[in-house]
Amino acid sequence: MSGLKQRYGSGIREASTYLGQNYLVVDSSIIADVLRIFEDEYDFDYCVDITAVHYPKREKQFDVIWILYSFEHNQRVRVKTMIADGDTVPSAVSIWPAANWLEREVYDMFGIRFEGHPDLKRILLPDDWKGHPLRKDYGIIQQDQDWVKANLGIESAQ
Amino acid sequence: MSNSVKTEEKTTSATPGTPPHHQPKDPSSYLSHLELGERDQTYLDTDELILNMGPQHPATHGVLRVILKLDGEKVLGTECIIGYLHRGVEKIAENRTYTMFNPYVDRMDYVAAVSNGLGYCEAVEKLLNVEAPPRAKYIRVILTELNRLASHQLWLGTHALDIGAITPLFYTFRDREEILKIFEKYCGARLTTHAFRIGGCQYETYDGFEQDVVKFLDFFTPKIDEYEGLLTTNRIWVDRTKGVGKISAEDCIALGVTGPVLRASGVKWDLRKAQPYAAYPDFEFQIPTGTNGDTYDRYLVRMQEMRQSVRILRQAIGRIPEGPIMAKVPKVMKPPVGEIYHSIEAPKGELGYFIVSDGSTQPYRVRVRPPSFINLQALDVMVRGQLVADVIAVIGTLDIVLGEVDR
Repeated sequence: MSGLKQRYGSGIREASTYLGQNYLVVDSSIIADVLRIFEDEYDFDYCVDITAVHYPKREKQFDVIWILYSFEHNQRVRVKTMIADGDTVPSAVSIWPAANWLEREVYDMFGIRFEGHPDLKRILLPDDWKGHPLRKDYGIIQQDQDWVKANLGIESAQ
Repeated sequence: MSNSVKTEEKTTSATPGTPPHHQPKDPSSYLSHLELGERDQTYLDTDELILNMGPQHPATHGVLRVILKLDGEKVLGTECIIGYLHRGVEKIAENRTYTMFNPYVDRMDYVAAVSNGLGYCEAVEKLLNVEAPPRAKYIRVILTELNRLASHQLWLGTHALDIGAITPLFYTFRDREEILKIFEKYCGARLTTHAFRIGGCQYETYDGFEQDVVKFLDFFTPKIDEYEGLLTTNRIWVDRTKGVGKISAEDCIALGVTGPVLRASGVKWDLRKAQPYAAYPDFEFQIPTGTNGDTYDRYLVRMQEMRQSVRILRQAIGRIPEGPIMAKVPKVMKPPVGEIYHSIEAPKGELGYFIVSDGSTQPYRVRVRPPSFINLQALDVMVRGQLVADVIAVIGTLDIVLGEVDR
């Protein structure tokens, strides 16, 4: 961690521990390098999860979170970056192939685009669905009415 | 969704970082290309073809749709279409209190509901900074291990049925019934048990719980031999599983595959040992591993895991400590602002919960890291070059539950 701080200085916004779990908040401009370094130099060879959190009131609305694990050190770390709505994040598929479906799910649920993903399309929802349900401004009973009418032939799926 | 088969373009790395010092495998080799090859101009007419399998197919264990690119009977590539069972569990979580969301997690991996509950309860406990009392931890381990047995039994029965052996299904469902009876006596439900509460367990064990479990273990131990007698040296079983759906340890790690699939490829890694939770540090057990990473090895690993679960249960049942079963938790739960990731070894692999609290009574975000979803991603690598019939075997051996894949 200290090596990273030396190399990137203020790019590493925060490196801390909460409830015994290490996490790192980095600037979105260096996230690609940081993820690559975690794989190459710190042996975090297993990408556990990629997810996002939506904070609509913030200027940079989204947290994107990578949860990484190292088999060699039996250690887990969370890498987090913040991006604005419409910004892209570099894809990690070339680092961890496991990222493929995980990034597709984040795109599906939040509409965050991953730059360099080989086949970024929806995974859980239908391809032509409108809206990204895990955004906070997407209501709990909201749905794509047009899609429901066209494909299910009913007025509402609720 | 009709045109979901589309060309995947090979991409170059978008990350300009330092070049990797070890280049194990070309990342694009993990991706299937489903475009058809040149039309065959000879009189043999051996064109490649696209075949749709599922979503309503008995061997896909639910509603999984797989698009297969075939050369005759050989699989050249696959693409999974999932989401038919998507219920928006993570969205529901944001609109429920921590306590109210607890029963929902059982509906993800519904054949191992107890494991789901354990992971969720422990994650919220960590966020609240409370710890379940020792007695509750033991009850949790006992029920979770019983559930692991039930999950593996269901896997064995259906997996063998897919491959053509009908008998094991009747054997395993007969014996699984005994576990479900214990669940029913404990908490009134057989499948979606909602057995645990945040802070411990809701119910004290019923009179005769220990005897019931011991009786079950005495009954069940010879049954594992019985299952193995049906399959382990069965010529047809061995022919259909040995060398089928091979995956190397390196590929498993790259694709994030966990659980018995990872262990069958030779990686001795189990979260119960690597990062122990509940009362697992108190028990002696081994992590069975395989060597070849094929369907047969995964079968052997899961059979051994059942024996190890029996071993854990025998140790746990003899020494359940006395004491309370609930920690002191507030009636209205308001975990302090923060984030937590907690994962457990579910029967299918690493089941993780990432919870963000904003200090209110409802979680700001709950992310479930489902083992089935991520293991299913390896299907493509495992079946390439195999026969269509082997796809069925590999879906079975991955032990996916679509309720968890789609959430």
